[in-house]
Amino acid sequence: MRVIEASLISEKVKEMCIEANYALPKDIYALLKKGISQEEMPLSKGTLEVIKRNADIAKSKKRPICQDTGMACIFIELGQDVHIEGNLTDAINEGVRQGYVEGYLRKSVVADPLFERKNTNDNTPALIHYEIVPGDKLKIIVAPKGFGSENMCQLKMLKPSDGVEGVKQFVLDTVEQAGPNPCPPIVIGVGIGGNFENVALLSKKAMLKDANEHHEDPRYSALEKELLESINALGIGPAGYGGATTALSLHIETLPTHIAGLPCAVSICCHVARHKEMVL
Amino acid sequence: MISIHTPLTLEKVKSLHTGDQIKLSGTIYTARDAAHKRIIEMLDNGEELPFDMRDAIIYFAGPAPATDDEVIGPCGPTTSYRMDAYSPRLLKEGLRGMIGKGKRSQDVIDTMKETHALYFGAIGGAGAIMADCITSCEVIAFEDLGPEAIRRLEVKDMPLTVVIDDEGHDLYEIGKLKYTEGRYAKINK
Repeated sequence: MRVIEASLISEKVKEMCIEANYALPKDIYALLKKGISQEEMPLSKGTLEVIKRNADIAKSKKRPICQDTGMACIFIELGQDVHIEGNLTDAINEGVRQGYVEGYLRKSVVADPLFERKNTNDNTPALIHYEIVPGDKLKIIVAPKGFGSENMCQLKMLKPSDGVEGVKQFVLDTVEQAGPNPCPPIVIGVGIGGNFENVALLSKKAMLKDANEHHEDPRYSALEKELLESINALGIGPAGYGGATTALSLHIETLPTHIAGLPCAVSICCHVARHKEMVL
Repeated sequence: MISIHTPLTLEKVKSLHTGDQIKLSGTIYTARDAAHKRIIEMLDNGEELPFDMRDAIIYFAGPAPATDDEVIGPCGPTTSYRMDAYSPRLLKEGLRGMIGKGKRSQDVIDTMKETHALYFGAIGGAGAIMADCITSCEVIAFEDLGPEAIRRLEVKDMPLTVVIDDEGHDLYEIGKLKYTEGRYAKINK
């Protein structure tokens, strides 16, 4: 049994919250540059250049790329042979608290969603997803997510008869309805299968995949490519001002599902696809 | 790039059109969800508003905290449609300009045409660049709302695009059409 101190987890979560907000992931940055070279309409090209310059400034000044530094979404893969010395959930929240305060990140969480809507002032609680896996390692993924794009995500319980066409239509409709709202160019994750609560999480995991990775099943990787092309043919463009670069990447993740169902969820993130991961 | 200084008078509104890129200088006010709700409540109660709405510009934004050597933290736009329920009332009070990102409702656009107002787009996710255009920042109301408090900002050469003008032309529709038509022409060449 391997022992990991909870305080070490706080320290790492704090660092990852700050780093994720200050620097764009490399794959997204590369896709932005590619978008600039491909964009023909002047306003759209100019918009992508501003987005890239903004990311450069944020990184060099060590300041957030965007003022919406998100809700801290945390994925934990805990090896079953690991013992955490202390309270794991508390340790994660402590890391988020320290990261958002010390990193001058915006506190965007309200305690009660409907009535008081009072800010908790330290961006806690974090949204934590735990998974127990074999082994003696602890994997932490910190993915702070802004709500401009979160508000544009959708889930639909499709029928098996809707099939591939139904999935394509739902993904395109979701992106079209979102239009300029989620700060395009966007990053998209599509979850297919599982059940109602599972498919949303699945789409978020798909959204966090490296842009250069593709689904191992060639039928799904072909669908990823086709959907990305169809989305970019919509012409929404950078900031919604029209153009070729509406989405930078699209990933699909799948799960077995029930004979009666075809759940589908679409997670949308702006280009600030914050994402840090580490293994302890 | 056209240089525009506040106040945003009727004359200035009429000189600008959808698609124009401007550099804005002068005084603007931040307000987002919770602040809008409170402003409407103040109007309902006949109270004096935290700032004069006439010829004013509201920036839909809630900045990140400033470090010791900053005027303001990153301060890009938030999504505007959440203010659609409140904007028509403020436009009728004399509000002349709104800065945000994303689509507006038909009700907002119709009221903008009626009262002659403009909707400017700031680039979403470019929070660090926008903060660099802000030369002073003061919380003037609702301090308890934290990032959602109303701030008076002095801005210099803030880069914006006219997304909807007072004739109701919408860049989000026009830009998309321009791209798809151009693409269609290319495919059929």
